[in-house]
Amino acid sequence: MSSHAYVAEIATDRDGNEHVVQGWQDDMYGAKLGFWLFMFTEVLMFGAMFMTLTYYMMLHEADFVHASASLNRYLGGFNTVVLLISALTMGLGLLKMRHGDIKGAKTMIWATIVLAFLFLGVKGVEWSLEYSHGVFLGLDALQPGNEHSKPFGQILFFGMYFTMTGIHGVHILGGIGIMLWLLKRINSGKVTPEHHILHFNIALYWDLVHLIWVFVFPFYYMMGAGTEMDTATLSSTIEAISHLGGSNEHH
Amino acid sequence: MSKSYLDLDQTHCAIGHPKTAFWQWMLTVDHKRIGLMYAAVIFTFFFVAVATAFAMRLELFAPGAQFMDGDTFNQAFTLHGVIMIFLFIIPGVPAVFGNIVMPLMIGAKDVSFPRLNWFTFWLYITGALVALSSLWSGEGFADTGWTFYAPYSLTTNTNVITTLVAAFILGMASILTGLNFLVTIHRLRAPGMDFFKMPLFVWGIYATAWIQLLATPVIGITLVLAILEKYFGIGIFDPSKGGDPVLFEHLFWIYSHPAVYLMILPAFGIMSEIIPTFSRREVFGYRTIALSSASIAGIGYLVWGHHLYTSGMADTAKVIFSFLTFFVAIPTGIKFYDWVFTMYKGKIILTTPMLWALGTIITFTIGGLTGVTIAMVGVDIHLQDTYYTVAHFHYAMLGGVVFLLFAGLHYWFPLMFGRMYNEGHAKFAFYLNFIGFNVLWFPMFIAGYYGMPRRYFDYLPEFEIYHQISFVGAVIFITGLITMFYVLIRAIKNGEKVGPNHWNATTLEWHLPTSPPPLENHTKVPYVDFMPYEYHHGQPVVKFDYETMKRID
Ligand code: HEM
Ligand SMILES: [Cu+2]
Repeated sequence: MSSHAYVAEIATDRDGNEHVVQGWQDDMYGAKLGFWLFMFTEVLMFGAMFMTLTYYMMLHEADFVHASASLNRYLGGFNTVVLLISALTMGLGLLKMRHGDIKGAKTMIWATIVLAFLFLGVKGVEWSLEYSHGVFLGLDALQPGNEHSKPFGQILFFGMYFTMTGIHGVHILGGIGIMLWLLKRINSGKVTPEHHILHFNIALYWDLVHLIWVFVFPFYYMMGAGTEMDTATLSSTIEAISHLGGSNEHH
Repeated sequence: MSKSYLDLDQTHCAIGHPKTAFWQWMLTVDHKRIGLMYAAVIFTFFFVAVATAFAMRLELFAPGAQFMDGDTFNQAFTLHGVIMIFLFIIPGVPAVFGNIVMPLMIGAKDVSFPRLNWFTFWLYITGALVALSSLWSGEGFADTGWTFYAPYSLTTNTNVITTLVAAFILGMASILTGLNFLVTIHRLRAPGMDFFKMPLFVWGIYATAWIQLLATPVIGITLVLAILEKYFGIGIFDPSKGGDPVLFEHLFWIYSHPAVYLMILPAFGIMSEIIPTFSRREVFGYRTIALSSASIAGIGYLVWGHHLYTSGMADTAKVIFSFLTFFVAIPTGIKFYDWVFTMYKGKIILTTPMLWALGTIITFTIGGLTGVTIAMVGVDIHLQDTYYTVAHFHYAMLGGVVFLLFAGLHYWFPLMFGRMYNEGHAKFAFYLNFIGFNVLWFPMFIAGYYGMPRRYFDYLPEFEIYHQISFVGAVIFITGLITMFYVLIRAIKNGEKVGPNHWNATTLEWHLPTSPPPLENHTKVPYVDFMPYEYHHGQPVVKFDYETMKRID
């Protein structure tokens, strides 16, 4: 199955004209097409979740605004910037690969990986902060019928929030995995400036992952911004984080 | 003697170069071998599900409990439904004949992503094993029905999660198959073969692949949400937290209605191959058949609401969904007329595949027309969740999709194995199946009409007669199935050897150099400047020299 030795076949019609036969080997366009189709399925998956979210938002608008106000816009905003930069490094890496600068391409991929980890780290801090406020899947606040229960709209908001940011996080993790694999393929000479379809497709994937976040961020974080419930300030955020390490001892 | 794709060493492998036949099969990336392996697995599951169905029929032989309690019966119809839908009929035609035949029909050496194809097969196996594992673990197999409706599926303590995970994995496999076929059909058609020179089976696979790709992600995420709901209580479908269980029904059917076209469209593709071949006539209305596949796939997205007439949807929505549902019948009707017109003045040859195709014209017409009756809101309020509906979908799926799958099995059997089964015996098996099937399911229309509810293990005495006739039908039908598979399996080893074009057919899969075909298919890729079904005076017009694949007519 070595694709290097592949020579396309020629088909001849009845007038003697020759036509190059497209084989499955060496089909850059086909590989792109396939990956675009795959991305379509991702869009549909997240699309269905956004639809669900919109439906519940229409039923419980006030609750949604209220719940949104309690999210941490500083951390969420920081993460948005991190992902945007990572999309840039990813794109630059692809450009460098195309121009034959393999070393530069690898640096950019590594930079993207580091930013991805940073994103996950910040996300982890956010979830922990929410946990320490008693808001997490399985905790009383998100269960019905007890003294800490939040109203339905908020339960649904947070249910979807943890679901969607969680699934998005899984995509980031997956992205890190395939980027490491990409580095391995580059090192073993399987991905080269002439044959960089894998790099191209992974860059496409990463674009999608950051694009989804670009929709997640306003939907969850910005809905409650600037309302009277909005208590997030930079100083309270820093304070909350500094308490995070010791929070177990207090409770 | 020339080598065929079934011989030792005649395959490419996903990993390394194993020496033994066993590993060469396990690791094969050859589309024909992968298709055969799918066939082996899905028909095995089919028999498991048939056995479960037979157990249900036995239980229903008389009112009251015979040998199963209600809970077991609930698990039995869930197991039957889950296997039949997710493991058998959804992969069904695409996985088997999409793999084996479609690349041959377009003159390709393989699908676009052969390794992905291999991976997909094993993903499918993984999903199947996960599904079966829940039979023997925890509280046993799910008892929700194959539809997993919330909120019951959230509260039952049977192994719903395992089944949901399995359905998700199987969905992924289905998406990847569709993706692979879409790229294959776009990229690997032989030079000269534009879309309107493709055989109609390829059109069927093409339309199906779009549905696999565009509808399956919705059920995928719905299942994930249901899993998270069960594990973490996210609340989305749980009314005790403000969630809306009807939303689950919507999301479920947004996939599962298009999924029924995903089942039937490739099966119709098989019909469109068999009818012209055995009428020895160019197919009537080639373009209308091709485009009706595409429009069924399109309209099929907009009708899911007809499954929710009784779940409290807005009346306006009901009327719109009902109206749109009638629309799907139009392209389907067009196909049927096209097939009938193809046969008109044709030189009909009643081979076994043709018999199966003709039988399907009868059974699917019953299935389709009864579908139109329950597309009407008023009628459906009466018949929803009765055996009328169950009979409708068995006529459509078993009497439509599965019959055509069998038709394809008989049609492409000589291609796959280079041997022929005994036609006399195979025809006998067809008649058993056809008669058995109708005796099995027709009485259920009547029972359902009089109010026999679906998914009940017990019933009022007045329904006994229908269930007993149905039981007799089941015995005849299952005897027919066993006969059919016995005839076919025996022929794999002992059948009479036949050449590459046993049926005198026209499409490219019949113009291979050896029988069975060699590893990389056609010796050379032909230039396609002809329509797929050109007959003149009952003989194929286009002839090839199989060494050079140049036309010699
Ligand atoms: C061997 C022939 C078959 C027999 C005797 C049979 C019999 C049955 C019976 C008795 C039920 C339960 C009806 C009820 O109580 O509600 C059922 C349900 C069902 N069958 Fe079949 N069946 C056969 C073949 C098939 C095939 C080929 C398919 C699809 C490919 C299929 C799909 C289903 C589905 C989806 C259900 C509904 C399960 C549910 O309610 O969740 N069956 N069948
Ligand atoms: Cu439907």
